[in-house]
Amino acid sequence: MKVRAGYGHKRSALAPLDYAQRWPLKLWLGAVLVFLYAPLVTLVVFSFNQSKRNIIWTGFTFDWYRKLLGDTDLLHAFGNSLMIAMLSTLVSLVLGTLAAVALWRFRFPTKTLFEGAMALPIVVPEICMGVAMLVFFSRILPWPADLIWPLNLGAIVISHISFSFPFVAVVIRARLASFNREQEEAARDLGASEIRAFFDVLVPHLQPALISGALLAFTLSLDDFVITFFTAGPDTITFPVKVYSMVRFSVTPEVNAASTLLIAITVVLTAVALKLQGSDVGKSGGHG
Amino acid sequence: MTQPWRQSRGAFATSFAPPAAWLALFFIVPLAVIWAYSFGHTVGMTHIAINGSFHNYARALQPIYLQILLKSLSIAALTTLICLIIGFPVALMLTFASPKAKVWILLAIMLPFWTNLLIRTYALMAVLRTRGFLNTGLETLWNAFGAHFTPLPMMHNAFAVVLGLVYVNLPFLVLPLYAALDRLDRSLLEASLDLGAGHIRTIFQIVVPLAAPGILSGVLITFIPALGSYLTPDLMGGADNQMIASVIERQFKRANDWPFGAALSFLLMYLTLISMAVQGWTSKAHGEGV
Repeated sequence: MKVRAGYGHKRSALAPLDYAQRWPLKLWLGAVLVFLYAPLVTLVVFSFNQSKRNIIWTGFTFDWYRKLLGDTDLLHAFGNSLMIAMLSTLVSLVLGTLAAVALWRFRFPTKTLFEGAMALPIVVPEICMGVAMLVFFSRILPWPADLIWPLNLGAIVISHISFSFPFVAVVIRARLASFNREQEEAARDLGASEIRAFFDVLVPHLQPALISGALLAFTLSLDDFVITFFTAGPDTITFPVKVYSMVRFSVTPEVNAASTLLIAITVVLTAVALKLQGSDVGKSGGHG
Repeated sequence: MTQPWRQSRGAFATSFAPPAAWLALFFIVPLAVIWAYSFGHTVGMTHIAINGSFHNYARALQPIYLQILLKSLSIAALTTLICLIIGFPVALMLTFASPKAKVWILLAIMLPFWTNLLIRTYALMAVLRTRGFLNTGLETLWNAFGAHFTPLPMMHNAFAVVLGLVYVNLPFLVLPLYAALDRLDRSLLEASLDLGAGHIRTIFQIVVPLAAPGILSGVLITFIPALGSYLTPDLMGGADNQMIASVIERQFKRANDWPFGAALSFLLMYLTLISMAVQGWTSKAHGEGV
């Protein structure tokens, strides 16, 4: 009885399962967030620091960003990265959607095999895929080095598509599950061709997934270092590969500035994706 | 639901052929070539003869490489364990937080995860270097008390590799843990608390056994990428705490011994696929149980 009374007293302050309100756990979460964010915040803050020594704050400046704008190598690498990400996103979106539709709509003898193969690029260690691509593009399908931009980026773009489109397929397939097949059948009954029904009925339904899939593919491509590292030639350096070579040799405020730019891009893309997904959730809830 | 492919061959071919062809040509073929190379040996400067011998695998299991493989396994295991210890209370909080707080905590955990891996590693390096933020801060503190300070060696050792991997992989574990805990029947936890068990005892005797399959799945999801990681150990580790991926990289770039590198990368592949199979098997068993 005594125990229960004591327990009841406690209960009035805090529900028994209300772990989110308990101070030791709050403290723990705070410590984890400091651990996760402190390095990133210092990186961003010190990209505005005057001192080159990068440790002691001496004053605010945009100098390192100005210097970035003058660094043609870095800008070139940045341009390469954006171009690769755009091309990879476009193709991944088409291939991923087709794969998702094939798996969602049809029964076929090699379905399990195809599903397993589609999961492989998601789980294979990056290093294994990187060396496989290196060998492929130097022995099996040597990519000409002297093509004009952006064709010289072909090997990297192809590799990026290979690891991106299965992710897009996963996103699209999740959305397809909520599609009502009767809508498409109605369109077909009313005389729409298979292609017309696909573009006028299925694609509008898929739109939110198409956008989040595209953002996912774009971020995956922009962020990739390992696979690009193995497929890039001297003229096809991407932004992460360039930053890697800078990081290896020195820790300078310039690298901080370049990293801050990339963080900013990621945060904006993430915010857009979340916003779209949020409205998507709201919409599907409304329909339900 | 699904229709047989013969019913509309045109639509099936249009949707299936392009992704299947791409996957075969630009993913399966490259892996198959590496796999074939792993049974070959280098002749002259560049030619590789595939003679079906297990020579490269035998070499990979020699003490020097076996040691690196075991070290990689233990670094990945330690990383996963630390992530589990750090991540579990966070996942617990997430499970029982209000819907609004949930969104914010999830966002806060995931945002660093979406940031470029290289940048996160670089940011951590700036903190840990000999002349980094942590050492400089400690030095100031020490000097204030008039003590002599020798910078702590926090980079280029096993500590740095594990810390770096924990730093970059933590969100990987928090999400599946949260998914596992969120599925639990809360009345069982309330029953345990009502019957007089403390919170710690409830967690270890009720929550952990019930969520075990989900926890195992999260553990493997963290362990697999940690085992194959290249960038973080490469930048933060020293000469004697390399992981398997750095050795593979060296065979393909500087050492130029592709067949041996191919065998090493396929050993890593096999380990990954075994872990995946275990994960698939446990989640399946779990799914059937519920």
